[in-house]
Amino acid sequence: MNEPTTTAPLPRRGVPLWAQVVIWVALVALLALVGLGLRKAQNPIISPGSTVPDFTLTLFDGYTYQSASEVHLADLQGKVVVINFWASWCGPCEEEAAELEEAWRLYEPDGQVVFLGIAWTDTQENAKAYLKRFNITYPNGPDLGSRISAIFNRNLGVPETYIIDKTGVLRYAKIGPFTSVQEIRAAIEPLLAE
Amino acid sequence: MKVRARHTGTQVERYTGTQVTGTQLKRYTGRRVFRVTIFALLFSLVLSGVGIAAVAAQASTPTDDEVNAIAKQLYCPVCENTPLDVCPTQACHEWREEIRKLLAEGKSEEQIKQYFVDYYGARVLAEPPRQGFNWLVYVVPPVIIVAGIFVLFRALRSWSQQPPLHSHISDENGGAEGGEGEASQPADAYIARLEEELKKRK
Repeated sequence: MNEPTTTAPLPRRGVPLWAQVVIWVALVALLALVGLGLRKAQNPIISPGSTVPDFTLTLFDGYTYQSASEVHLADLQGKVVVINFWASWCGPCEEEAAELEEAWRLYEPDGQVVFLGIAWTDTQENAKAYLKRFNITYPNGPDLGSRISAIFNRNLGVPETYIIDKTGVLRYAKIGPFTSVQEIRAAIEPLLAE
Repeated sequence: MKVRARHTGTQVERYTGTQVTGTQLKRYTGRRVFRVTIFALLFSLVLSGVGIAAVAAQASTPTDDEVNAIAKQLYCPVCENTPLDVCPTQACHEWREEIRKLLAEGKSEEQIKQYFVDYYGARVLAEPPRQGFNWLVYVVPPVIIVAGIFVLFRALRSWSQQPPLHSHISDENGGAEGGEGEASQPADAYIARLEEELKKRK
């Protein structure tokens, strides 16, 4: 009755264990990569309080800064840097164009404040026409390859203005247009006094 | 004696200061006619060339379809997830005009796309360039599909190899039917072992 029976090995069913492990590891790795990519796309590289990485702005024809056709942020250490993103198709940008130019002309003689205009997703022809229309004289250039806007996470729209202090730290960010020269000065003066 | 052909023998005489015979005058007139004919021919050729260029310029004005064929492969960062060919914003309209301008300049589709990548970054492309992590986009989906097909194939094969349940029942009742019982041996062993285990637990 109770004879020991020889137990035949059970037929193997389904995917082998090692394959399951490999599949799960690959899936988790893929999800992690996608998650990291999304996080990188959503978050700016910098936020107020962090040091702004160096970038190079190639200026439009007819614009120079200290006789050069390019501006390197690293060369502006010791100065307050005002970075304004704009586009010729952007209505609110027109509202602040005259104020920014007026503020630039106020600070330009001292050389302690540098204004940089960056045309975002604009065509060169239209951008130049815009600059001419508003008689903008401070250094301006296109955001080639959208490399500069990627630093500031320029996904929301234009205009946006960022102010970097003398040590290269981002201290001020404004989404939308300035309404007066006083508002611009109020953002710059505390950093200039440091 | 070298003379410049002019209207009359008198004029030739005036320019050269020598007397001209009737034969010489005929030769001068012949040359003049020849030169005028050549000039007229050249002039008409130039005119027709200008005309052809104008017609060609008109004909090479890119159509909306030609512009949109490239625009649909691009995305403007202002309005994400909307292809450039159907995007209604002013920014996208200006980009389409830029494409039209570049096409009119004779740029190829690849050159225009490269121009946009250089100017605005690779993110404007509908299809990410095949480099770096972008390869995942091209590699992972086919691998998953192939793996899925493999798993499905294996599952289907194992299902089709399983003997139907009624054959076990008939075997259990001593009604083994020839070769069918042999074919279902592994499954029978499994059921026998299962029953044995169940009996032990009673």
